[in-house]
Amino acid sequence: MPIDFEVPEDVKNQGNLTQMVAEQVMRKSSRYYDEHEHERPMEYINFIWPFMKTMEAANLKHSLKRADKGNGNGNGHKKASTAQVGMIHLIESLSWGDAGIYLSTPSSALAGAAIQAVGTPDQKERFLDRFTHGEPKWGAMAMTEPNAGSDTSAIRTRAKLDPETNEWVLNGEKIFVTNGKLALEESDGLIVVWATLDPSLGRAGMRPFVVEAGAPGVTVTKQEHKLGIRASDTVSIVFEDARIPYDNILGSPELKKPGAKTEKGFKGAMRTFDSSRPFVAASALGVGRAALEFTRQKLAEEGITVPEAAPYHKLSAIQRDLIQMEADLKAAWLLTVRAGALMDAGKPNSLEASMCKVKAGKSVTTITQKCVELLGPLGYSREFLVEKWMRDAKINDIFEGTGQINTLIVARRILGYSRRELK
Amino acid sequence: MYTFDLTDEQRMLTDMVHRYSERTLRKIYREAEESHELPPEVIEQGWELGLLPASLPEDYGGFGEYSALNGALIAEELGYGDMAASLALLAPNLVATPIYLCGTEEQKQTYLPLFTDAEPPKAASAFLEPVILFDPYQLRATARREGDAYVLNGKKAMVINAPEAELFLIYAHDEKADSPQAFLVPTPAEGLSIGEREKWMGFNALKTFGVELKDVRVPAVNRLGGAAGIDVQRILNSSRIALSALGVGLARAAYEYARDYAKERVAFGEPIAHRQSIAFMLAEMAIDIDATRLMVWEAAWKLDKGQNATHDAYLAARYATHVSLKVTDGAVQVLGGHGYIREHPVELWLRNARSLATLLGAVTV
Repeated sequence: MPIDFEVPEDVKNQGNLTQMVAEQVMRKSSRYYDEHEHERPMEYINFIWPFMKTMEAANLKHSLKRADKGNGNGNGHKKASTAQVGMIHLIESLSWGDAGIYLSTPSSALAGAAIQAVGTPDQKERFLDRFTHGEPKWGAMAMTEPNAGSDTSAIRTRAKLDPETNEWVLNGEKIFVTNGKLALEESDGLIVVWATLDPSLGRAGMRPFVVEAGAPGVTVTKQEHKLGIRASDTVSIVFEDARIPYDNILGSPELKKPGAKTEKGFKGAMRTFDSSRPFVAASALGVGRAALEFTRQKLAEEGITVPEAAPYHKLSAIQRDLIQMEADLKAAWLLTVRAGALMDAGKPNSLEASMCKVKAGKSVTTITQKCVELLGPLGYSREFLVEKWMRDAKINDIFEGTGQINTLIVARRILGYSRRELK
Repeated sequence: MYTFDLTDEQRMLTDMVHRYSERTLRKIYREAEESHELPPEVIEQGWELGLLPASLPEDYGGFGEYSALNGALIAEELGYGDMAASLALLAPNLVATPIYLCGTEEQKQTYLPLFTDAEPPKAASAFLEPVILFDPYQLRATARREGDAYVLNGKKAMVINAPEAELFLIYAHDEKADSPQAFLVPTPAEGLSIGEREKWMGFNALKTFGVELKDVRVPAVNRLGGAAGIDVQRILNSSRIALSALGVGLARAAYEYARDYAKERVAFGEPIAHRQSIAFMLAEMAIDIDATRLMVWEAAWKLDKGQNATHDAYLAARYATHVSLKVTDGAVQVLGGHGYIREHPVELWLRNARSLATLLGAVTV
């Protein structure tokens, strides 16, 4: 395939609906849910759920069909599709509406991605079918702990097999779980929990486990109060002798010595970052576009517009800022689309996924802060949404790997260095 | 549908130009810079690659078609080699491409075959002017209609290989049309004088000259595009894309050099690339270079599709200017004291990168 920047037809077609949701449903309640943290944006959730469950059903069917055809376990993306770039466009548009509300979208989300990546056909059926019908449901990923953020090898949540009942017994605490309460207490959802079978093995001892709503010994202990994306549910979860069936482990329970080739379960689930990082970048870019569009519009009302392709000396400082912001958004957008397109084509994209995440996180953090600055009291006022967008934008430089961690990943890749060589 | 792969043909093209860059340009660039002279055989070898004829259709003596995207791929590989040689090699394109894009059929038939000879054509474009606050849309050189001729007056700058030129493409403000127009001026031309060789901060191997125009009379038929004239934006878009791609290649050269150096250079018992302060600089360079390349490609792709690419080319040019400067400066910084010494190429690349804003006609950082 030659170089092509054409938006795929099916992605274009989804645009109208998304725009309508973003404008009519999300923007209208944006401020309300920012100021009523922990309330649920039910209008949006109920509106979007029918679309999400249809999409989940299609994904599940597709994945099981591929498994049936003997294409391994149905994992991976061998055939060119537009699934990733479609999601990237969707997320950008929804986040233009409201990034916090977008994060409350009922779907299997990151849990689904992990299950799709390493689950057996049976596990997919058992865990993901619930997202294709009935009431809205959420899936969530529980990785971070009070003493383990980006350093996943420091995870201390323990998983032990009880041979008597053939159940896994989990103990530990997870924090910053997006949609954790929605998944476990407010719907019949599930979460994927990262726990260690043997802390002495570091990352090699780590496995993802599926914990379904209603599992005994699982408690949501705290709802966070955040800088931004306040419409999004962020909670702590404590596991006290929490019991889950043996078949809820993703990947093999066999342990290998550290240094041996990393086990598929760990690696496969880590690969969910290859799709989730471009999604975070896309969300950032939606917020950035919202802020830039609003700023442009307000400045235009004051008679300040940007002449096309003008020489630099004919531009005011504000016009230059506007051009710079637009160029940064475009640069980050193209990196993001590239990361998605690579995955759609079944090619490795870890480097590109981290690249777009770094660029988008940083650019949009700067852009939204600049917009607040350019608009003066309007920018700082809670009467408008620019100050909120600045707060919302910041998370994208933090979750799914901070800007620093992703820069580190890029650096290791381009230098061909291991974690030991470049700390 | 988004795809970012080169076709097999494009892959062959870039491989070919890359080999030339690596095996020829990278061998001679320093000596050429210090002696202010490009070995003629190097340009001849470059010309033998047939890059310009490959961008012209058979009707005009070529064997391909114009593609801004292919042009960008070529320019990046050339920029990776050496900027002075790249500009010397691409100088005829600055005449041929505008003729192809904006010329009348008769002008194309007359002039374009000159660019498909075995010898590099002796043609020079005179666009820039020796002024601060240069504005490509408001040129200070003027063209006044007098009967069957235009009379050109003013000063031009950075005209590559002007003394040898047998054909100039001179841009001037057409007073009647109130727009920038271009004129085909064969030499000798009365009233056209070539100044001293210009001295620049970088690309000193490139021979450029000021050109002064004093009542230079040009037959009216030599106005590019005839009665319709030119849309300068079309020409600017195409040159902005090519120069931006050159900047991407230049930045890539500096980034790769700094990356390899940082892996070799040991300080405090380990390679300096083991330190985040260095590794992160390199990572950001890689990200910015990729982003700029994508912007250049998108603008070129739009241009080739016949869409309005003005804004995209403008943003790409700004980004390329900014990124090539930032990356080459970073490369000097990574090499530290060694980066400042003329034994390494990065100091020259920094000087060369600084020129992009000027060449791009005040698009700037």
